[in-house]
Amino acid sequence: MRISLFVPCFIDQLYPNVAWSVVRVLEGLGHEVIFPQGQSCCGQPPFNSGYWDEARSAALVTMRAFRDAEVVVGPSGSCVTMIKVFYPDLFKGQPEELEARELAAKTHEFSSFLVNVLGISDVGAKFEGKVTFHDGCHGLRELGIKKEPRVLLEKVKGLELIEMNEAETCCGFGGTFAVKFATISTAMDEVKCASILETGVNTVVSNDSSCLMQIRGMLEKEGSKVRGLHLAEILASR
Amino acid sequence: MPAQSTDFQTLSRRYTADKPLRAFIRKALGGYYQKRDENKSNFQDWQGARDLAAEIKYEAVNHLEDYLLEFEAKITARGAKVFWAPDAEAARNYILQVAKENGVRAIIKSKTMTSEEIHLNHALEKEGFGVIESDLGEYIVQLREEPPFHLVFPAMHLTRGQISELFEEKLGSEPTDEPEKLTMIARDVMRSKYCEADMGISGANFAVAETGMISITENEGNARLTTSLPRIHVALLGIEKVLPHLEDLSLFLPMLATAGAGQTMTCYNTMYGGPRQPGEPDGPEQMHVVLLDNRRTELLADAEQRDALGCIRCGACLNVCPIFKNIGGYSYGTTYGGPIGSVITPHLRGLKDWKHLSAASSLCGACTEACPVKIDLHHHLLQNRRNGVKASPSPFEKLTYGGFSVMMGHPLLYRFAIKIGRFFQPLHDLVNGTFLDPLRAWTSSRKLPKLASTSFQEQWKKERGGEK
Amino acid sequence: MNDGRSLILKRIREALRDNPAPHPHTSHSQVEAETHTGGHPQRDWLPKVGETVSEQIDLFSTISAGLKTEVHRVANLAAARERFLALSKENGWKKIGSHQHTDVDFLLTGCTLPIVRTDLGYTISDLESCDVGLTACEVLVAQTGGILVSVESSGGRALSVLPPHHVVIARTSQMVPDLTASFQHVKNKYGNNFPSFMSFITGPSRTGDIERILVLGAHGPKRLSVLLVDQE
Repeated sequence: MRISLFVPCFIDQLYPNVAWSVVRVLEGLGHEVIFPQGQSCCGQPPFNSGYWDEARSAALVTMRAFRDAEVVVGPSGSCVTMIKVFYPDLFKGQPEELEARELAAKTHEFSSFLVNVLGISDVGAKFEGKVTFHDGCHGLRELGIKKEPRVLLEKVKGLELIEMNEAETCCGFGGTFAVKFATISTAMDEVKCASILETGVNTVVSNDSSCLMQIRGMLEKEGSKVRGLHLAEILASR
Repeated sequence: MPAQSTDFQTLSRRYTADKPLRAFIRKALGGYYQKRDENKSNFQDWQGARDLAAEIKYEAVNHLEDYLLEFEAKITARGAKVFWAPDAEAARNYILQVAKENGVRAIIKSKTMTSEEIHLNHALEKEGFGVIESDLGEYIVQLREEPPFHLVFPAMHLTRGQISELFEEKLGSEPTDEPEKLTMIARDVMRSKYCEADMGISGANFAVAETGMISITENEGNARLTTSLPRIHVALLGIEKVLPHLEDLSLFLPMLATAGAGQTMTCYNTMYGGPRQPGEPDGPEQMHVVLLDNRRTELLADAEQRDALGCIRCGACLNVCPIFKNIGGYSYGTTYGGPIGSVITPHLRGLKDWKHLSAASSLCGACTEACPVKIDLHHHLLQNRRNGVKASPSPFEKLTYGGFSVMMGHPLLYRFAIKIGRFFQPLHDLVNGTFLDPLRAWTSSRKLPKLASTSFQEQWKKERGGEK
Repeated sequence: MNDGRSLILKRIREALRDNPAPHPHTSHSQVEAETHTGGHPQRDWLPKVGETVSEQIDLFSTISAGLKTEVHRVANLAAARERFLALSKENGWKKIGSHQHTDVDFLLTGCTLPIVRTDLGYTISDLESCDVGLTACEVLVAQTGGILVSVESSGGRALSVLPPHHVVIARTSQMVPDLTASFQHVKNKYGNNFPSFMSFITGPSRTGDIERILVLGAHGPKRLSVLLVDQE
């Protein structure tokens, strides 16, 4: 398959290894990975804050980048949600409405793509250790992703998955919410981190790097030894 | 920035700092989650039930006039009086008038958030009427002179110790740490109040058009007593409470119980179809039904968010909301809190002053998932944000996002901006965490990640050249 | 008078005129459910109820146990009366609240305790001082463990809620599967002339308002007993 890679802006800037992990896994499965130039940001920050005109400018860049793509895959529940769920709303009644719907239809979150489109659960990964999985809210509730990461993690050799009590509870990132309502965001982060620590694992995994940024941010500040890894990084490890 | 928004920040900061209270609320909700899930799993198909409930409410709300008129005709035919109150003042004045005209002295109330909304108690007390809340949780917060903490559990935030102290102080009772004994103290107080009251004020969970009945859901029995013993019954409800058919209750009563309290059915679900009829042994001589608009029609006019009028006030969205759980009910500063409150308050009380409630959310969607009538709650929060910006954008934000859209609209600019970011990162390190740190909101509790020395775009270009 | 009425109706009309709301996203076909259940789609989604009376009685009894409703199964009315007398002795009742009804009357024949009959006119303090309220009922609801009372079947509004112990005399022939069936019963029995009050009672009065801990007997009866007479 010719897969066009969607790399959200903060992964591009902060966590390039996550994107490389996606490339490695997909190429390891024998697919061709294309990385269209000219990506910037899907437009979620202004969109979430209610600035939809400004969001459209960024979104148009993303749509242009993937105009000729057969299928688009991205390692982020929240950014893929922006494209799949919100681009049709954002461009309703606009000239680009049809194109937005088309892009929405052909874009997939990474774990969902592997399990539901490629029909794969074992990517040949190896990772020793106990991990717990944090369900990013967008992926969970907008895209319906729950079993896919677990199906994939189950097949990783040496990995033991321990579910935490608050797996589905929001970590408190929420984009600009994390800064605009910092005390609430921190309180939510506390609840999430406490739940992670309760499991006794040494790694927390998620399919959303923004969540990981929030969770790792607090764990590191508290001096915890627990590290956070993106699902793609686990799946790429050998 | 409106005062309400500043208040919200202050209150929410205070409550998030109260770790014992947060833990207490979480513990209280733990039992609810378990029972709720047990009851949901008893349903043959909870999602099917939600779909049907959403359809029934869609029908009711989108044909509101027809069903309200049918309800009015049927219940007035049985001798009830229906008063249509366009706003809070009209509702208060009508109820005051009924009380005055009938020589009422003592008023007893069962739980109704709608009466909180119109500040009814204060208006009655100002005119010299004694008002007592009969619901245990409402009675407790009434004694404390506080509003209810939660839609369904008014005293959720209080420990038994606090309640015992309260009763000792206000009622002269003996200290006790047993919930049963505390409940019996309140029960004893209420017995005489039911018997003495001339007027009972209730809310209503539903109004059935087909048969001209209101339906009241409760566990304690205080609503039944409030509406059986006093000679006048006043029922106050929002116009959106109407349901088309009696049989609809066979779906809504179990769903309300499950979502709201984790019960199969609440203890008493009572249908009232008028005052005492000829030949009946007891019941109020008069029944007044006050139908309240109070800007609900503005929400009705917003087709995108109209489904929010389907709310059955079960509180399920509050119970799953991580924001509510960490900031508590009082931080919202308005009658209806939690996700539903954040959605409807801008409509009921003004977008400009209340849009911040819609901003104070990570949009996790747990509320929408929990809602028994499938209100699209978290998307409505997004829509309120958009509407708020259209009505009165913040100049600072407009500038920032304007700059953002220019930058992101031109990938070259984006790449350039990041190079600048990398340049400034070491400078930020110097002020990180101090009062000079512009990102203090983040860094005071969380470590900030470092920008990668090269971005993925740069790395790809270097390793792979072009697109492939 | 009530120009509030015309104002509100006007607002509603204007709000809805040429302003359709998107239909709710539903994944379950209610049309299918409607056909499948003869016009009662909720029956496809709500908890399942067995078809036989015997299954329904079992379900009712199981749920009642969880609710702390005391269900006494008896072979006939005479046995019900014996059980009632036994309860009276056990609990030291001094005054009984009741109403006119064949089964209720039978249970009280030969009763020497003072009886407050709500259908003969009563004062609140009279009823308030009763130890028990004895009533009949409309139907028993298997799906919820509920008892439907009404003005007509249960002596008015207060009798089944004011005294601290509510005893219901019922027959197994009054068992219906669910709330849908209860409403059908009410419609069949009363036509358009409904009682002004009817209530589904599901267990003794309770509250969770203090630390979410369950306490029975908040304002309504602390005890609820059903004398269930076998009768087809």
